[in-house]
Amino acid sequence: MTKEEALFQFLLRKADDSLILGHRLSEWCGHGPVLEEDIALSNIALDLIGQATELFKYAAEVEGKGRTEDDLAFLRIEREYRNVLLVEQPNGDFGKTIVRQFFFDQFELLFYQALTQSKDDHIKAIAEKTILEIRYHARHSAEWIIRLGDGTEESHERVQKSINELARFVDELFYQDEVDEILINAGIIADSKKLREAFDKNVADILSEATLSLPENNWQNKITSGRKGIHTEHLGYLLTELQYMQRTYPGLQW
Amino acid sequence: MSTTKEITSEYIWKLLEEVPDPEIPVVSVIDLGVIRHVIKEDDGSWTIKMTPTYTGCPATNFMAMNVVSRLKEDGIKSKVDIVLSPAWITDYITEEGRRKLKEYGVAPPQQGGDSSTLFGKRPDVICPRCDSTNTTMVSNFGSTACKAFYKCNDCLEPFDYFKCHK
Repeated sequence: MTKEEALFQFLLRKADDSLILGHRLSEWCGHGPVLEEDIALSNIALDLIGQATELFKYAAEVEGKGRTEDDLAFLRIEREYRNVLLVEQPNGDFGKTIVRQFFFDQFELLFYQALTQSKDDHIKAIAEKTILEIRYHARHSAEWIIRLGDGTEESHERVQKSINELARFVDELFYQDEVDEILINAGIIADSKKLREAFDKNVADILSEATLSLPENNWQNKITSGRKGIHTEHLGYLLTELQYMQRTYPGLQW
Repeated sequence: MSTTKEITSEYIWKLLEEVPDPEIPVVSVIDLGVIRHVIKEDDGSWTIKMTPTYTGCPATNFMAMNVVSRLKEDGIKSKVDIVLSPAWITDYITEEGRRKLKEYGVAPPQQGGDSSTLFGKRPDVICPRCDSTNTTMVSNFGSTACKAFYKCNDCLEPFDYFKCHK
């Protein structure tokens, strides 16, 4: 695998994470539990889709086959999406959406901070821009984890249930293969293994304040197939909606 | 339209003062500090380097379009290049821009917040109507990506706060 091929794969993976989670959050638009949260989740969705656009643009440039960011976002089949499984999980109740966001934000906060040191100028520029947005997202989801966990019996129970359900997807955030090795060695991306300790500590601290905990012995359930394009059944339904316009009216523009 | 007058970059900067932000029309793209460079090309056209406030800001393309059409009114051919680096931060908003925001009822970004830690102190936001610092954040996400939603505990007015971004 050449460095360019690795870079393309990496950009696709991170772009897909942002695109798919952005789409999931956009499903809340008009359905939020309160107006402020409806607006907050839609705002975060917008940031994520903006980040995906930048990453796809660069991916298309690196690939050099004349595809655009829109081609990459809308015209691939399910197996070609490289997002982690966590982001495609359905919204569930507001608490579940927050748990999914919390795990993701805590990872992104460390990962994009590290990417601001990238030796690739383009990735560095994207990271310096997006880290400012991620800080707002991370605070939002962490504050809600505390409020819901240390809230009523009902909110505590629901959020704990979602943590138990989604914790098995956390490991995939740290998934590494040849793609990562090539780029880590070239100083283009950060070694996520080195971020794991900080991640575990930050998550544990916030969950502890929220009187919540990670499930024990969840190792047997860990799944990390999203990066290889093997997804849970939920992604197919999401893509059906995401791609509908471009599949029905190819090349349609606003 | 052809013109014999030499068009200078100062002239371009001046014209851009007339291009408003589509979301907050009282401030111009110059007030916002989103214009990085204006460059004259060999063929006499101009390239405007502009940076987005937020990556997903839907106003970015609209602003770029408004820049091109404003310059076109003066017979100047131009294109806008969106650049990410250096990343836009709220410090780029000019003094004039801050004054106009406040006048419009949007509290300008405040110093004094701490974004280095997750739960760092939020800045004291001043009510744009009565200048009270006795204000409460309602939501950190407002009507657009760049704003948060506050209320004043003295004059009781709700207001938008242009979030500090740095």
